[in-house]
Amino acid sequence: MSLDKDMVRRIAHLARIRVADDELEPVARDLERILGFVEQLNAVDTEGVEPMTSAVAMTLRQRPDVVTDGDRREEVLANAPDRAGAFFAVPTVVE
Amino acid sequence: MTATDLTRLGIAEALDGLARGAFSARELATAHLEAMAAARNLNAYITETPEQALAMADASDARRAKGEALPLDGIPVAVKDLFCTKGVLTTAGSRILENFVPPYESTVTAKLWAAGAVMLVKTNMDEFAMGSSNLTSYYGPVVSPWRAKDDPRPRVPGGSSGGSAAAVAAAIAMGSLGTDTGGSIRQPASFSGIVGLKPTYGRCSRWGAVAFASSLDQAGPFARSVRDAALLLRAIAGFDPQDSTSVDCPVPDYAAGLDGDVRGLRIGVPAEYRPAELPEDIAALWDQGIAWLRDAGAEIVDISLPHTTCALPAYYIIAPAEASSNLARYDGVRYGLRVPADELTEMYEATRGAGFGAEVRRRVLIGTYVLSAGYYDAYYNKARRVRALIARDFAQAFQRVDAILTPTAPSDAFPLDAPTDDPIRMYLNDVFTVPASMAGLPGISVPAGLSRAGLPLGLQVLGRPFDEPTVLQVAQALERAAGFDPLGALAPALAPAK
Repeated sequence: MSLDKDMVRRIAHLARIRVADDELEPVARDLERILGFVEQLNAVDTEGVEPMTSAVAMTLRQRPDVVTDGDRREEVLANAPDRAGAFFAVPTVVE
Repeated sequence: MTATDLTRLGIAEALDGLARGAFSARELATAHLEAMAAARNLNAYITETPEQALAMADASDARRAKGEALPLDGIPVAVKDLFCTKGVLTTAGSRILENFVPPYESTVTAKLWAAGAVMLVKTNMDEFAMGSSNLTSYYGPVVSPWRAKDDPRPRVPGGSSGGSAAAVAAAIAMGSLGTDTGGSIRQPASFSGIVGLKPTYGRCSRWGAVAFASSLDQAGPFARSVRDAALLLRAIAGFDPQDSTSVDCPVPDYAAGLDGDVRGLRIGVPAEYRPAELPEDIAALWDQGIAWLRDAGAEIVDISLPHTTCALPAYYIIAPAEASSNLARYDGVRYGLRVPADELTEMYEATRGAGFGAEVRRRVLIGTYVLSAGYYDAYYNKARRVRALIARDFAQAFQRVDAILTPTAPSDAFPLDAPTDDPIRMYLNDVFTVPASMAGLPGISVPAGLSRAGLPLGLQVLGRPFDEPTVLQVAQALERAAGFDPLGALAPALAPAK
């Protein structure tokens, strides 16, 4: 498994994490090591094995479709880095 | 009783003392707050909460005076900074949450307070619980109270729940809360010479605990005895409709039936946990543990868990995949750090680039990669198939045995300045704890002896889903036979300086 700097740049953009240009190379080496380590799974025979979806045997419980909480605008906004009135504020998305 | 005496009590003893009126909850809290202030050099804390502690202690004394004492009334505890605590800074050890004050309380901490426990401190931890050393915390490493015999270098307490482990080992708290995703309770318990219990997945609610890998994360207690861990588990376990994977089954009185009687129990010893490179002192301690249980009347059964070595690589696909999804919420919009930028995507990238440390970034990138188009099946689905095989190994073993005994970790506590340039080397710390996490099983680490270097070593007991009672029973048999002093780290301080 080899990763080049462009691939790291692409993954970092997908993950919305800025990685400085001079870090692309060391990050690529780290990721290669990890991918190299996990590749030993290719040797495991998983023919006919269903992917495990739950850590304990259970079917996902459904809850009644009712309102159980709400009317907490100030609490919801209390940690906002920036707000405008009753809204979270972000840089302009549409001019 | 002196303040030092009070901090060295176990939970069960302290409850007796409170009930007899030998001391008050306020005296108990004050003694622990003093111990906490005196041990700041361990860097085990992110936020100290002395005012809450005293207010909660006073409320506890008032309840007791009215004859309305609760199961853990007046017991001072520490809480990993991964649990949301209403009105108290909750950082997950990350810069990206350095200013986050939750407007709500996690279910397990709410249950602790409802049982009368007293909050002393939010403890330091590896960032987002990703680490086995506490070296990845934005708030700096935690220092273990333990030192090796002939080596003065500071040691790690293990991780990720390192602050919670160090606090209990240093007699700052009587018990504490941690979380375990791949070993983050059991491994620091082993390194720190205390008891650490990871309950069955679904036993304790995940609601209000900052998510790392949702199919693996589980809250659990640290304590200085198996009985105390049982008391804490009873308080935090139970069904929570707010966690969709919480399991609705009765919570036993774990401490009531606890007598360490293992006669007739079948204990499995898996061959795969004895790789050629296992250090001799750890292998010897494991053999000793086997002998202790045999002497106590258990039947020892050799078993095989053939997919053991696949667990760690599968974990390092599944856990980062889930983390990359869970950590997508840290975008600088609704809470936490924001690094301003002119454009929205730039703001996300700048915020997350600055807010996440190197290990978190690494895992989010790996997770993003293995979930991306074209790789999903080869990595993520492959890992989930392997996970099914790991779970099947355990299910088959538990048809023949009642519990499984292994070492907790492949080493003792390493120095703070150990090389960390190779991520895989660090990941290997969890080689014995990850398999049970993948299968959702309960596990406990019991301090059983000292390494050649004079540092604590734990033994791990694994059980069937929701069979914490048997796990605790076996753990208590080991505890009794080992006679380990969980406050051993403090012993040198009592001896005259040489």
